[in-house]
Amino acid sequence: MFGLRPDAVLAVPEKYYTLSDYEGNIPRWCPGCGDHSVLTAAQKVCRENQLAPEKTVFVSGIGCSSRFPHYMKTYGFHGLHGRAFPVACGIKFRRPDLHVFVATGDGDCCSIGTGHWIHAIRYNMDMTVMLLDNEIYGLTKDQTSPTSRKGTTSNTHPTGSVLPPINPIITTLGVANVSFVAQTVDWNPAHLYATLMAAYQHPGFSFVRILQRCPHFSAEVYADAVTDANQTLLLNHENGIELPKGVERMFKNTEEHDPADINKAREFAGIQDMIPIGLFYQKKDNERYDEYGRHNLGFSIEAKEAALMNEFEKYAV
Amino acid sequence: MLELNTNSPGQSSGGMVDPKIEVFPVKEHIVEIVSDSGEGAQKAGQSFGSISAKMGNGVWTVEIIPAEIQPPARSREGASGIRIRLGSHAITNMGDEADLVVAFNEQALYSRIGQQAFKEGTIILLENKWAEDKVPTVQKQYAEALADFESRGYDVREVPMETECLKIVDNPHHGKNMWVLGLLSFLYNRDLEIAEAQIARIFRRKSQKVVQSNLDLLHAGFKWAQANLGFQYDIPAQEKGLDLVVMNGNEALGMGAIAAGIELCSMYPITPATSVSHYLAEVFESAGGVVHQAEDEIAAIGFAIGASYAGKTALTVTSGPGIALKTEFIGLAVMAEIPLVILDVQRGGPSTGLPTKVEQGDLLASIFGQPGDSPTIVMAASSIEECFHFVIMARKLAEAFTMPVFVLSDANLATGVQPFPKPQFNPDWLAPPVDQSNWKEGVPPYNWDEKTGLSQRPVPGQKGGMYVLTGLAHDEDSHVAYQSDINQRGSNRRSRKLAAFHQTLKTPVVNGDDEGDLLVVGWGSTRGSIEEAVAKVRESGAKVSSLHLRFLCPIEPGLKEIFKKFKKVITVEINYGDEADDPLITAETRRYSQLAWYLRAHTLTEVDFFSNVHGQPMRPGAIVERIRKELAL
Ligand SMILES: Cc1ncc(C[n+]2csc(CCOP(=O)(O)OP(=O)(O)O)c2C)c(N)n1
Ligand code: SF4
Ligand SMILES: [Mg+2]
Repeated sequence: MFGLRPDAVLAVPEKYYTLSDYEGNIPRWCPGCGDHSVLTAAQKVCRENQLAPEKTVFVSGIGCSSRFPHYMKTYGFHGLHGRAFPVACGIKFRRPDLHVFVATGDGDCCSIGTGHWIHAIRYNMDMTVMLLDNEIYGLTKDQTSPTSRKGTTSNTHPTGSVLPPINPIITTLGVANVSFVAQTVDWNPAHLYATLMAAYQHPGFSFVRILQRCPHFSAEVYADAVTDANQTLLLNHENGIELPKGVERMFKNTEEHDPADINKAREFAGIQDMIPIGLFYQKKDNERYDEYGRHNLGFSIEAKEAALMNEFEKYAV
Repeated sequence: MLELNTNSPGQSSGGMVDPKIEVFPVKEHIVEIVSDSGEGAQKAGQSFGSISAKMGNGVWTVEIIPAEIQPPARSREGASGIRIRLGSHAITNMGDEADLVVAFNEQALYSRIGQQAFKEGTIILLENKWAEDKVPTVQKQYAEALADFESRGYDVREVPMETECLKIVDNPHHGKNMWVLGLLSFLYNRDLEIAEAQIARIFRRKSQKVVQSNLDLLHAGFKWAQANLGFQYDIPAQEKGLDLVVMNGNEALGMGAIAAGIELCSMYPITPATSVSHYLAEVFESAGGVVHQAEDEIAAIGFAIGASYAGKTALTVTSGPGIALKTEFIGLAVMAEIPLVILDVQRGGPSTGLPTKVEQGDLLASIFGQPGDSPTIVMAASSIEECFHFVIMARKLAEAFTMPVFVLSDANLATGVQPFPKPQFNPDWLAPPVDQSNWKEGVPPYNWDEKTGLSQRPVPGQKGGMYVLTGLAHDEDSHVAYQSDINQRGSNRRSRKLAAFHQTLKTPVVNGDDEGDLLVVGWGSTRGSIEEAVAKVRESGAKVSSLHLRFLCPIEPGLKEIFKKFKKVITVEINYGDEADDPLITAETRRYSQLAWYLRAHTLTEVDFFSNVHGQPMRPGAIVERIRKELAL
């Protein structure tokens, strides 16, 4: 007899996602903006991990960098200035099946959203955070950011800013329950990609500060570091960011740093004469608030009804 | 002398029929327990209310809360306590002056006197230990107060509370309240078995020893009253009808969240809303929910919106200052059409205002609080029962109309306790599980219906539904668009949803005749007082009716037609408005109370108002007075 048995199931190979499956709208960042390379790296991380686009959510605040979700073909949440973290945490809390990424700027994260940033570190929910730090407010056109170096001239400080900047790495390292802190740069795509991969794979809140060039408003801040390899310090360790050998050789200055050592991490984070990149700190077994959030999912209608009846009983006259 | 009702439940446990006890039958009574903060008056009063409800009386309790946590002892401002109004019929508000007061010291009574809580003839059962206090000034204050109370016409009976309690416990500071519960149980002929069960329940987390000593105090208070007071009140039960449950408004809001199948309560502590989350924190997890205490109110609503975006039903609960902080996120939920239930337990404002006191001050803020046009549904509960049911309704409306829905309650309902018919569970109450089916190909995330503005929304996890939610003006595809017509179009679709919802609302029913000289319009917790006041004035033949509004936005239909049939329309509400005869106030400068302002704009009718911000629930007596004035009676 010909034909398939009626109960036959044809094994359809799972769809293999290619880069184009993650490409959303055409990016509208300036040419030469560092955000472009972060986008490419993030899309590669999605592809490498074969993340189903419908199970992936990119959450952001407001800023040039926060336009990120529009350029992904996943679910996206382009919310309010400074408020990406509460939204991302709310998504993850009761939907552990979703892969959550956060794109935030230095104003978004380290100024208006500081409170949420600190608490999101402490919640330690499984998500990958990309702080796109151009040391300036891009979208609103050249105002001082909390990460702008002292003396930065901007529209709000035409004669130079007066305060020393916040160091987002040191700040993050200072928060209880911190679990993954790394730094990378937009102009080294291999290191950027490797760092985001490690961040994605970390079970918890992975905080990656990405030094991001803004040729439009803060071109000078990273210009030297881009051209002069001596200005970067690569933190190396067998438990650190895994780099292809060729990439490692591009760095003139390297130091061994065990990411389990939080004190050393703070020391490296504070060095002034070079840009330290790599994994500062990682701890995989911290408390995770998303574990708490998921512990009682999936109640049936019957179970909910029973709980309610129990309450009526308690309050019965 | 009156005969004891031999069927009364108190009799079996309370002892023999004592011919020396005079029994007064009354239809209803208002009882207060007043003390320094921390003496347990509220616990005793809540218990007394619950016992009375269990015995079939109509009950309303309202807490008397000092603003500070620990005001100094015997201070006139620091009175803490509770009022219990009970009757042979349903009780809907706190009423006017008290009939009987139990006071732990005489000074605390003065704050209540300042609030006109008593009348001539009010019986005051007063702790007498102060008469012999070590401190001479205390003795003096006590003696002076006694004389003063007498001159005010109060009927003071001195009671040796401390002395009697010391026979049972070493430290009467903890325990006097249960002795008082015993005393009240005798006075109102309460069933001691029910009272004992109540004590077992409130001390369920304490040791057996603690439970026993409180039971002993209860019995001692009962016996003392029986032996010494010589009178009793008989307030027969209501007709026994449906099964009842009894709780306060905040518990009812929390229970409504469970009944609605809500899975996340995201909040930041703020009086008087916090106890909703206290209640939920105890029981929510065994009903499939979680309470998230966020780092601030902004994060609390952001977290709830995140969860809701991801398909999980969520609510946030707060009070005025919290609403102010949440404003931007509320606008986002409107713009991006994310369902959300917002419970606002209102207190006095603006700013930190009157944290523990009632106000209906957030009406216009919830309707118009966001920059730009920001249509939301706003409904207000008027009873404990509505607190429960409105959360269920709000959840459904939020999802059907993909927008934030406000449920307004207030500090009066928050701690007010009232029995209501046990709700009949309906599986439709519960939120459905997150839809993870494939999204229909080619359907945009905002597939606005031309006429109603309604659309379904894709939820993360749905294949083919991927879109980027944005708070920027956007088109059907959620694409940011700056063309001039796009924002107009989006605004128009969101606004139409309210018009569509409006179609489903019924014209409200006038309480009383639907034409007359005066119509009193109210919303929220003032309903009971308004209707009681109107009923009272109608008895004298006056042509006054009332109208209660549950949906404030969109506002219930047909109001203009209803108003036309009355010579005068006023609102009664607890928020600020200028009195017409205040200095500098003219027709041009006068700022109206909130509902009045809104109704004037909505109906182009001359609507006046009676409102104040004393931080007190509206009393029927005050409304009666105002109605008489309006009608020149
Ligand atoms: C509540 C609120 N305040 C202010 C703004 C204006 N605003 C938008 S983006 C931005 C700063 C953006 O800087 P950053 O976060 O560093 O992002 P970048 O544009 O540099 O990527 C500001 C102040 C806003 N959108 N919302
Ligand atoms: S202004 Fe700066 S940050 Fe913004 S898109 Fe242009 S280059 Fe990038
Ligand atoms: Mg920036």
